[in-house]
Amino acid sequence: MEFGPHLMLASLEGAVIASVLVLTSMGLSIVFGVMRVVNVAHGEFYMLGAVLAWYVTSLLGGHPAVGFVAALVAAPLLVGAIAASADRVILKHLKYDPDRTIVATIGLLYIIQQTTLMTFGPDARPVAPPFNHRLALPWFEFGDSGFAMYWPWGLSTTSYKLFVIAAAAVVLIALWLLITRTKIGLIMRATQQDSETAQAFGIPVGRVYSMVFGLGAALAALGAVLVVPIQQAHYLMGADPLLLSFIVVIIGGLGSLPGTVVAALLIGMSDGIISVFFSPTLAKIIATFLVAMVLVWRPQGLFGRSVP
Amino acid sequence: MTLNAKSATLHLSVLAALVALFFVLPPYHSGNLARIMVLAIYAMGYNILFGYTGLLSLGHAMFFAAGMYGFGLSVNLGGLPLPLAFLTGMACAAALAAVTGFLALRTSGVAFMIVTLMFAQTAYLVVLYFGTYTRGDEGFVIQSADRMIMGVDLTSEGARYVAALLLFSACFLTLARIIRSRFGRTLVAIRENEERARMLGYDTGAHKLKAMILSGLIAGVAGAAYAMLFGYVGATFATVQYSIFPLLWVLLGGAGTTIGPLLGVFFMFYLIDFSSSLTTAYMLVAGVVLVLLTMFAPQGLMGEMRKRVFAWLP
Repeated sequence: MEFGPHLMLASLEGAVIASVLVLTSMGLSIVFGVMRVVNVAHGEFYMLGAVLAWYVTSLLGGHPAVGFVAALVAAPLLVGAIAASADRVILKHLKYDPDRTIVATIGLLYIIQQTTLMTFGPDARPVAPPFNHRLALPWFEFGDSGFAMYWPWGLSTTSYKLFVIAAAAVVLIALWLLITRTKIGLIMRATQQDSETAQAFGIPVGRVYSMVFGLGAALAALGAVLVVPIQQAHYLMGADPLLLSFIVVIIGGLGSLPGTVVAALLIGMSDGIISVFFSPTLAKIIATFLVAMVLVWRPQGLFGRSVP
Repeated sequence: MTLNAKSATLHLSVLAALVALFFVLPPYHSGNLARIMVLAIYAMGYNILFGYTGLLSLGHAMFFAAGMYGFGLSVNLGGLPLPLAFLTGMACAAALAAVTGFLALRTSGVAFMIVTLMFAQTAYLVVLYFGTYTRGDEGFVIQSADRMIMGVDLTSEGARYVAALLLFSACFLTLARIIRSRFGRTLVAIRENEERARMLGYDTGAHKLKAMILSGLIAGVAGAAYAMLFGYVGATFATVQYSIFPLLWVLLGGAGTTIGPLLGVFFMFYLIDFSSSLTTAYMLVAGVVLVLLTMFAPQGLMGEMRKRVFAWLP
């Protein structure tokens, strides 16, 4: 394939990665923004979403679309409930002390991951996509005969991948409406700005925290359900999204939601493009190191305003 | 007894107990104990930074791995004699700790944890990237013929135990001494209240950097010792999991106590040894212990002892 079509294919793959990444990092960002908690177990909630999607689809059988829709509803709800109860039992007990919650969520990471290993097993298992049409894509070029359109071999995507991008966009808009236009969003923002004053005005801060922690985990699970027909469910699949979401949240500015979206698109796209053209390990080395450097010199993130 | 005499008695009796255990225990357990002592060196190194200075690093695996690869590569590729290779390993770890400290100490709190985590992840990926020399995940073996020091074969059970004990005692006694020195007390002051320590005229930045280098150096000693005594070098030791382990050990044994790290490694080692005979998901135990500790005993075993019974515990 020539460079142009190859780049277009790479950016399509990047767009799919980016749209899933937007969802997982929004989850991480909301939890950090409202609760000031760095949730190291976030990747495991993602993994749990994928594994539950596999359970739901294999339990229902029938047409893949039926199972998929059921998984799309059930997995995030279940994962959200698990996360909310983890918040009630563990994090609340620690009074959301930043250092101790990190250690506790590391513990939670191993508990979830290893319990999945014991029940789900070490194999990677696929989930059938609800629909999957191969779509060939055209490429335009100025040739000898002027402007021409042709169909390069191998330049194609699937309808499901386009659906993932669209679905992520819909969820993102819904989330934005939730935060800016509803009472729940108002309460969340009030708690974020000053939890003590919010408490004094009768907002049940404890319940808001549980809900936010559940919502964050549910967003990760939703991203995983969307990605699982492309990538198989596996008990170790949480590590990469965790690292990438961390990177996104840091670059976007800790707790800043618009920054998170921009950074997720940037990082997801470049991850997709770089790993097509370069050695993935080298790309990861450079990315991880650069992010550490950003944090050293600009702790508020590239797009973030300085935090009080 | 005075405070100093009490703590000297405690430390010497721990070492005496370790000597005695070698003659009492069957070979399987004395082999385990040699491994526990080496890992306890690692935990003690971590304890300097976490327990005494109050800095929570999530990247110590890179210092352990630096010691390990510094030693292993200079034996296998450089053909250096053992003591020289050991020093190389230590130097690598200390240099890496100095660079990491210089950069990461500009941040604090959560950012410090994430920066150290990212640096360690970078180091791990670098090990994988240079797979031609490091052999990546698979790792490499240091031949038994290379593991001789002054005519003593370190692959034999007895020699290995003695070497582990000597290294452990050296680090254990040195650190116990440093903790009681002016330097050690200043570190505790920084842990308790950095602003006040600075106001009293201490250069807290320099002290933290020194603590970081010392901590990384000791972790490097442990890494080099592990490679020397057990003859294996692999990228597993550079993963996040090996950054989490010392945190777990120190939390379990008691952060900011001299014998806490040894006890923490001892209990965790046998807990994992026991649970891996039951299930492959042995890290589940580590997770549960971590959560329970942070919830109910953030001071760890020795910390609780100090709170309830022995207030003098060093």
